[in-house]
Amino acid sequence: MSVTAAFFYLFAGITVASAFLVISARSPVHSVLFLILAFVNAAALFILLGAEFLAMILIVVYVGAVAVLFLFVIMLLDIDFAQLRQGSLQYLPIGMVVGAIFLVELILVVTTYVVDPALLNLPQASQAVEGVTNTAQLGAVLYTKYVYFFQLSGLILLVAMIGAIVLTLRERPGVKRQDPARQSARTSETSIEIRKVNSREGV
Amino acid sequence: MADILLDLAIIAGKSLLLMVSLLVFIAYILYADRKVWAAVQLRRGPNVVGPWGLLQSFADLLKFVLKEPVVPAGANKGLFLLAPFVLVVLALTTWAVIPVAEGWAIADINVGILFVFAVSSLQVYGVIVGGWASNSKYAFLGALRSAAQMVSYEVSIGFVIITVLLCAGSLNLTQIVLAQDNGWGILGWYWLPLFPMFVIFLISALAETNRPPFDLPEAESELVAGFMVEYSSTPYLLFMLGEYVAIMTMCALMTILFLGGWLSPIPFAPFTWVPGAVWFVLKMCLCFFFFAMAKAFVPRYRYDQLMRLGWKVFLPISLAAVAVVAFVLQITGWAPGAA
Repeated sequence: MSVTAAFFYLFAGITVASAFLVISARSPVHSVLFLILAFVNAAALFILLGAEFLAMILIVVYVGAVAVLFLFVIMLLDIDFAQLRQGSLQYLPIGMVVGAIFLVELILVVTTYVVDPALLNLPQASQAVEGVTNTAQLGAVLYTKYVYFFQLSGLILLVAMIGAIVLTLRERPGVKRQDPARQSARTSETSIEIRKVNSREGV
Repeated sequence: MADILLDLAIIAGKSLLLMVSLLVFIAYILYADRKVWAAVQLRRGPNVVGPWGLLQSFADLLKFVLKEPVVPAGANKGLFLLAPFVLVVLALTTWAVIPVAEGWAIADINVGILFVFAVSSLQVYGVIVGGWASNSKYAFLGALRSAAQMVSYEVSIGFVIITVLLCAGSLNLTQIVLAQDNGWGILGWYWLPLFPMFVIFLISALAETNRPPFDLPEAESELVAGFMVEYSSTPYLLFMLGEYVAIMTMCALMTILFLGGWLSPIPFAPFTWVPGAVWFVLKMCLCFFFFAMAKAFVPRYRYDQLMRLGWKVFLPISLAAVAVVAFVLQITGWAPGAA
């Protein structure tokens, strides 16, 4: 067994095991931490395939940003697990139906899946062009051949972001807001008034 | 099989050498930090242990190791002890790809800068998990502040890195340094053409490493000591060590991206004989001097000011800079690898 294969089984095994622990862990915080472990090991699998750029982006985007926010939200929510579990039995039939459909679909896909013999003879993606890095190849394809799809996906994300902002934006009356430009433009002339106050009289 | 074992042994040896020199360097960086701070406040600073206090950091190390580690009663014990280890291991991992001189990187990988960025973005977990596992309000608030702060400033650091990548045409750290070797010495490095980006990177690096004036996660006047409030002895030492290794990583990144890495600032004979690693360390010390002076001079930011600076000032400027730099490189034909 080659070293690559050994590492593949190591990373793949940890990915599957931690994915299982995500759904079986008791505490939600532990679940997120196992999810992070699964992400990192998936990134390691990408590296074994020679897709180093994808691996790093997976870590930066999913582990470095998305999972941090997950963890953030889960830590802030005060989840009572005993209460959450009480109602879980009534959702069991629906859950099982969805799970069964997924299982049947997976079995159908796996049993009818055939690799085109012509594809097997192609060189691996990472070695397709000598001397050009994986990142440069990905960039060249993304910004030339698929540039409209790339722009379109960007637009969709932008719309989603604007939607999230619109949903959470509330105009609250009577809130004191700070205007840093006005604060730093203040001088002693505009904010201090000097008055002559006679004794035993108010201002 | 024997080849693989030999390779492994060589890599392990290199890593050990780098780690030991880095840790000894950090011991003196800690000393320098305290001395600079003391000098600004007209104090003497550490001066008792060893000649001129030079052994102060080692005495501190001994003190931390010999004390009793206390785990709070309500803490999640496993995660509580895991968090500082995660922070230190991740901080040291980034050094695997940093080229201290030409060819002196343990792993000279194609996506070096992305690797550093990815691994340093994981360090926030050490902080969040440590703060949460402590089961204390102050620690938790500190951890939340830290998470928000590090995620915010990562965005502008990412854009700043992109402008450098556009100029250098590579994600490999060695190639980025070599792209600055254009015969102009100090004037040819990226700090000059990308000066606004250099400034943004310097300030974001302070925020990213939780250094003053952005040390709100551990603001001692309001949160006691933030996410580390429950930590003592060796686990605390690991947190502090991880923080300083992260600071060194940021200094090394500034050196590589903007200050020409191991290149000599004056590109002719007597100066180019100096080994590259010496220049690299000198430039890192220069960057750290900025960190130390910022700590001594600048009052701490308020949290809303910190967020405003990150999202409303740095993010638009660095995003615009990416577009401007790409535009200029494209129309002038300076873009590397443009065919």
